[in-house]
Amino acid sequence: MNSIKLKGALLSVILFLMMLAVWHLATAPKSGINQPDRVSTTPASSGNSEYDLLMGKGSKDVAPAQKSGFPTLTQMGETFYKQLSDPFYDKGPNDKGIGIQLAYSLARVSLGFLLALVVALPVGFLIGMSPLLSAALNPFIQILKPISPLAWMPIALYTIKDSSISGVFVIFICSIWPMLINTAFGVASVRKELLNVAKTLEVNPIRKAFKVILPAAAPTILTGMRISMGIAWLVIVAAEMLVGGTGIGYFLWNEWNNLAISSVLFAIVVIGFVGMLLDMLFAKLQKMVTYAD
Amino acid sequence: MQTNIDFLKVENLSKTYIAGSPPVFENVNFDIQQGEFVCIIGHSGCGKTTILNVLAGLEEASSGYAYMLGREIKGPSLERGVVFQGHALMPWMTVLQNINFAVKSKYPDWPKAKITAHSEKYIELVGLGAAKQKRPSELSGGMKQRVGVARAFAIEPKMLLLDEPFGALDALTRGVIQDELLKICASTKQTVFMITHDVDEAILLSDKIMLMSNGPNARIAEIVENTLPKNRERATMHHDPMYYPMRNHLVDFLVHRSKLVQQSSHAPQNQNNVRDITQRLKPRLVRPGKEQMVSNQSTQMN
Repeated sequence: MNSIKLKGALLSVILFLMMLAVWHLATAPKSGINQPDRVSTTPASSGNSEYDLLMGKGSKDVAPAQKSGFPTLTQMGETFYKQLSDPFYDKGPNDKGIGIQLAYSLARVSLGFLLALVVALPVGFLIGMSPLLSAALNPFIQILKPISPLAWMPIALYTIKDSSISGVFVIFICSIWPMLINTAFGVASVRKELLNVAKTLEVNPIRKAFKVILPAAAPTILTGMRISMGIAWLVIVAAEMLVGGTGIGYFLWNEWNNLAISSVLFAIVVIGFVGMLLDMLFAKLQKMVTYAD
Repeated sequence: MQTNIDFLKVENLSKTYIAGSPPVFENVNFDIQQGEFVCIIGHSGCGKTTILNVLAGLEEASSGYAYMLGREIKGPSLERGVVFQGHALMPWMTVLQNINFAVKSKYPDWPKAKITAHSEKYIELVGLGAAKQKRPSELSGGMKQRVGVARAFAIEPKMLLLDEPFGALDALTRGVIQDELLKICASTKQTVFMITHDVDEAILLSDKIMLMSNGPNARIAEIVENTLPKNRERATMHHDPMYYPMRNHLVDFLVHRSKLVQQSSHAPQNQNNVRDITQRLKPRLVRPGKEQMVSNQSTQMN
């Protein structure tokens, strides 16, 4: 078992290095036509040198390969180093460190997620307990569930009139469904035996809810929360791209507007890592409430 | 007519699950006196578990009544402890927490220390002192069932209902737990109603064995008095002169008569003597080995 893990890790490292190698070969500066061509054009348009300078063409500080498109590994390394060495700088609305942007995104996600939890848990409980409520609410849930959360954005912006809160709302609306459905399912499928035990012991409804049903359904509920968090993290990037202002999604889109591909790639990697950490957190919580039958 | 109140009385109980189809059981009448250990035996599908659930208050009969100490059983109550077929322990709780949960349900005002002390007493009683901090998944089947027994005893119920509690256990473990149950019941004078498929278990534990005919239209065909002396033990029981008459009677019933009773109880439609029908539906009282059959008349006298 342990040796499989070790071998797997080794293989992961090898695969990673291979990918880097491919990247390196693909972005290696091309010798030949391009370079002399560029050198020759610059002096020819000397009359427009100021304009060229403004366009970033004549400047000697700008690395020539950045214009060629995809960043090289060295440039990626530079970007990573630059961003991670000072993650919390704030130079105005369009230039904030990655740490600050992440904090904004995480704050929106956690707020929207918590609001969804506060609604989904009790409502899911009721639906799980009452077949009547379940039947009554099921059509709404089934229709609302497949709607892309971003489709709500115009309505949110129009009614809330605040882009940041609209982002929270979008997270709320996308993370509520898995939690609601899983809570209802978990509550409805608590073993009848255990409920009969509670009945014969004349346990009052509140004690039954917290001491019997909740722990019994907890693994299913946590699964729903984990799915919700995954979706919320997917959606926040798109939502922030749309509304702008702050957050990792906005950061990414802003860097795209700057044509800073290396920063875009950096943002993508960060999104992946944070998403993984969030999932690991919920996996841990899930493990805590799971019981062997 | 009746001057003394029966501890438990069941009158004309019947249960129909699907409207229009014949009832699973009907005309079920019996009573249990305080301190009695009663076993009920019958083939699968005759409604034993349903009767137990009605007594527990978990299910409602289609018709008929069940009374405990003169009051109708209408719902679950802490006065009746139930040991379920599949132990039904909360899997996320330790043994001690499981028992504590039950004790706290019965005595909500007790301080925590008192609850724990009370629970531990019953855990010791079933010999699980060393395992009290374990979760059910870490216990063997026999140990789980013991926890179930301890939980039922811990709430000190007036009556204990056991739904084939040892059915899933191997013979050795079953024997050990049977001995324990016998010991505990003898010392506490517990009133017990127990479902079993095991003839020897019934002979060892019970004072009275009710035999059910096959379902549908099942009923209690015979009530067999245990003619073995009270101080029986699993190891020596089969040397008792009463053992084989008793055992043969029960096995004969299960193999042959359970079916015949079912056929005869609803075969002749031209019966015009109403009294005769009700007489025929009354369970026969039997004392194997002592006197072959007591007549119906004396059943009514009892």
